[in-house]
Amino acid sequence: MTRMVTAPAESPAAPDTRPSRAPTGRRWSRNTVETRVLGVLRWIVIAGLALFTLFPFYYMVLLSVRDLSSLLDAPARLWPVLSELTVGTYRDVLTPTGSGGQGFLRFMANSGLIALGTVAVTLLFAVLGAYAIARLRFPGRRKVSVLFLAVYLFPSILLAVPLFVLFTAVGLRGSLGPLVLVYVSQTIAVAIYTLRNYFQTVPASIEEAAAVDGATRFTVLRKVTLPLAMPAILSNGLFVFMIAWNEFLFALLFLVEDRSRWTVSLGLSQLAGSIEIPTTVLMAGSVILTLPIVILFFATERLLTGGLTAGAEKG
Amino acid sequence: MSTRQRFRGREPGASGRGTLAAREARTGLALISPTVVLVLVLVVLPILWTVVLAFQDLRLIRLRTAGVFGDYTVDNFVDVFSSPGFWEALVTTLVYAGCGTASAVGLGLVAALALRRPFRGRGFVRASMLLPYVAPVVAATFVWGVMLNPQFGIVNEIGTRVLGWDEPIAFLSERPAALVTVIVFEMWRSFPFAFLFLTARLQAAPATLEEAARVDGATPTQVFRHIVWPQLLPTIAVLALLRFIWTFNNFDDIYLLTGGGAGTEVISVRVFDYLVSRGDIGAASAQALVLATVLTVLVAVYFRSAAKDEVA
Repeated sequence: MTRMVTAPAESPAAPDTRPSRAPTGRRWSRNTVETRVLGVLRWIVIAGLALFTLFPFYYMVLLSVRDLSSLLDAPARLWPVLSELTVGTYRDVLTPTGSGGQGFLRFMANSGLIALGTVAVTLLFAVLGAYAIARLRFPGRRKVSVLFLAVYLFPSILLAVPLFVLFTAVGLRGSLGPLVLVYVSQTIAVAIYTLRNYFQTVPASIEEAAAVDGATRFTVLRKVTLPLAMPAILSNGLFVFMIAWNEFLFALLFLVEDRSRWTVSLGLSQLAGSIEIPTTVLMAGSVILTLPIVILFFATERLLTGGLTAGAEKG
Repeated sequence: MSTRQRFRGREPGASGRGTLAAREARTGLALISPTVVLVLVLVVLPILWTVVLAFQDLRLIRLRTAGVFGDYTVDNFVDVFSSPGFWEALVTTLVYAGCGTASAVGLGLVAALALRRPFRGRGFVRASMLLPYVAPVVAATFVWGVMLNPQFGIVNEIGTRVLGWDEPIAFLSERPAALVTVIVFEMWRSFPFAFLFLTARLQAAPATLEEAARVDGATPTQVFRHIVWPQLLPTIAVLALLRFIWTFNNFDDIYLLTGGGAGTEVISVRVFDYLVSRGDIGAASAQALVLATVLTVLVAVYFRSAAKDEVA
């Protein structure tokens, strides 16, 4: 694709034809000016965008390894000085509150538990549901699809009131299990949608061949369809993990009262206003919050493109 | 369809009653029902319950003694609509959603066009463009808060030392500045979404059209105006609508950046405040319902436009 785009521009035929048509002496035609200006502008835009998107992340990492006093001395310094580098901020933020730290290790365990639980339940439900929508005909199939799309578009703040009231009334606020189910209800729509699309690309003939050999529908799903859909299932799982790990509003509504149940997001937001905790220590906390997501994100990217190219090679 | 027929042929009367189509329907329902039940219990019923709550005078502290039905009143809506704070918040919400959407989609378009032609390292730049969108919102708002801090934030340092500002700007607690800041933050956080979709759309656009126009002497801006832009327009429309819906209801960003202070109180933050700080469930529900009504209209528009062109 890309080669097709660039090849004509590089071929000598194209530039040769144009000057003969343009009147002589007009070196600065509109075309030349635009091409040159846009050519320069493009690099300025790319550089500006890269700075705009990446600088906050660079600043986050930089401040997390600086000492607070050195930050206050030279707030404008944008490069680390070896002598003042410290990992003490990370030690502070990770050690339990009992030992004078901020207890982020505990928050990470909570976040990880919630996120993994959400991934497991979502994938279980979504694989079954997406398979049903993609392959089976049952009454209300179209309605279910519309319902899930509507759920995807409905934002969480509208659910905040009733769910908060409901879980307060039944006394389940503060436990992780119900929160996992709420997260599943938020992510299941997207998961089913993408998995259904993937299942539809798996040729039905493969499943039929297995059925011919006497496999039941469940065996076909487990032995044939699932292994084929594994790239989609994995990337979906990573996606759901990221959403559950990042989530803030429901964690705030459900878990805020008991510090031992805070997630990393909730912990950072609750401690951010505190005067006693140095900003650099909290910055280490936000690196801890962000790093798993960045790692997973680059992993998902590779996985996704890998899955796509693998399919293309066979075709 | 063909699956069904083959299955019928190969396992004659395997087990169970009824035709194979009926059995397939039963299997389908069995597989989908856990999800449907979950969505009904945790999404659909709560939304309906919000309607009931909005017409009740209910406080959080009296929750256990209050019945779910009975004692309906429109007081909540009267209170909400007669409070000046609500109308100001509605205007703020519209300004925030409108400007946030326009700037995010606009920057996403610029980014997609700038990164269209391949260059060394494009893959990395592309991937890093998506980071603001996937990064945890709490970490992003925290680092922005520190960057914009009047005492030691880098932005004010550069502003006062290099750009010659008279004094540091309190970006998150002064009146006009705070709203601009949350809009810029929304642009930073959401433009990757538009960038992603527009890049995909650009890749699908046939190169031959543009090449033909270039050969015929069209300048780059003319090619964009008359060939690229019309192809992108449906995608941009859907993107703008989706972004508007989400920005309109956005809670996290503003709550974490300003807490709704300094002229940035949007409806969703108001809902949260009424619910948690005041414990006034009725008023919170009534305002959530206003949000939901506006949203329903927008979703209806979305479905109609999505039905017209299969962009989403």
